[in-house]
Amino acid sequence: MAPVKVFGPARSTNVARVLVCLEEVGAEYEVVSEPRAPCQKLAAADDSILILQPFGQIPAFQDGDVVLFESRAIAKYVLRKYKSADADLLREGNLKEAAMVDVWTEVEAHQYNPAISPIVYECLVNPAMRGIPPNQKVVDESLEKLKKVLDVYEARLSKTKFLAGDFLSFADLNHFPYTYYFMATPHAAVFDSYPHVKAWWESIVSRPSCLPRRLDAKHRVGSSEKG
Amino acid sequence: MGIKVYGPAASTNVARVLVCLEEVGAEYELVPVDMPSGEHKRPEHLARNPFGQVPAFQDGDMMLSESRAIAKYILRKGGSQLLRECNLSESAIVDVWLEVEAAQFSSAMSPIIFQCFVIPIVMGGKPDMKVVEENLEKLKKALEVYEARLSKFKYLAGEFVSLADISHFPTAHYLLGSPHASAIDAYPHVKAWIADIMARPSVKKVRELMKMASA
Repeated sequence: MAPVKVFGPARSTNVARVLVCLEEVGAEYEVVSEPRAPCQKLAAADDSILILQPFGQIPAFQDGDVVLFESRAIAKYVLRKYKSADADLLREGNLKEAAMVDVWTEVEAHQYNPAISPIVYECLVNPAMRGIPPNQKVVDESLEKLKKVLDVYEARLSKTKFLAGDFLSFADLNHFPYTYYFMATPHAAVFDSYPHVKAWWESIVSRPSCLPRRLDAKHRVGSSEKG
Repeated sequence: MGIKVYGPAASTNVARVLVCLEEVGAEYELVPVDMPSGEHKRPEHLARNPFGQVPAFQDGDMMLSESRAIAKYILRKGGSQLLRECNLSESAIVDVWLEVEAAQFSSAMSPIIFQCFVIPIVMGGKPDMKVVEENLEKLKKALEVYEARLSKFKYLAGEFVSLADISHFPTAHYLLGSPHASAIDAYPHVKAWIADIMARPSVKKVRELMKMASA
């Protein structure tokens, strides 16, 4: 079976979302990354990327004839294709469990991510990539939102080991990329007030699939750099 | 034990759940939540949806939130073909366009709906046209991609209708009822696709519930 291809740099949060899932299921994959260039430049250099990703974003994904975009959709395809007894992260064989995975996957997308991602952009991305200092107002507002979200997570994780239940799922893994970067901002200590959330995070980030080198992945089996 | 949906039918996220129930022919009870008075932020509703939003969904002893998660549960339970979960590549394409619906279409439409409907009708205020214009521009960029897609395929995921298509109907309903409905005239395949979705019996039924709720 040929390795699947993921287009986009491994350090990008949405690319990392896909890579973590590939690692969890032990799939062979190749990262085709363009160092630092925005996707529009990639598109200009090679129109085929626009066919892969019509919104000009990353990641894009290819498995033979199957061409996908949107990181959560790609990740689910991977988790379904490579599902095994050891790696059943969607639980689609069980109606209730699958529903809980879906609920907390949506929660990550619509509640958690909108609160945490502005902090990552203001504190890490803008200074590093654009030379712009953090907008403290945005950071403060987002921190307030994040705390309200973490209140809900703390209540949930006081009752179950993971978000969808007592089993690790796609819902938990979805939180890795942005939270990993959040922990590199000056605001990481926010999690200290939420002991169950903190313990849950530590169990995720210590998984082999989430080792920091995933985000720095300069090489994978068969990875290539497009100039 | 019955199915209950908590929230006003006029909410796009509640409507998304209702249309799936109609598609599978399930019986359900729609329980009103009085949002103008803040009922959705009070403890009784927070016990159902901890983020204080609508819908909340109950089936027996199971409580769910997040409309797209609820939609999938309903369709799976009802044995619907709208998710194509029997086919690896088809289900993936359905997922792709469901993500696009949330990330590109509804994200541009939600501020437009808030400005053009919620502010004047519920809050008695005036729309901020700058917000409307910015989001119409975003919407048009998305519609270009949709037009290209729907020029090649009858529906977003291919030649078959799926949840990806139907998930657009609540926001499309408001677009058609807004002063900006003509924005889709420039995208003939998108316009025809919307008309096709709106012709589904399940969609017609829920649109009636949405209109009654707003009256």
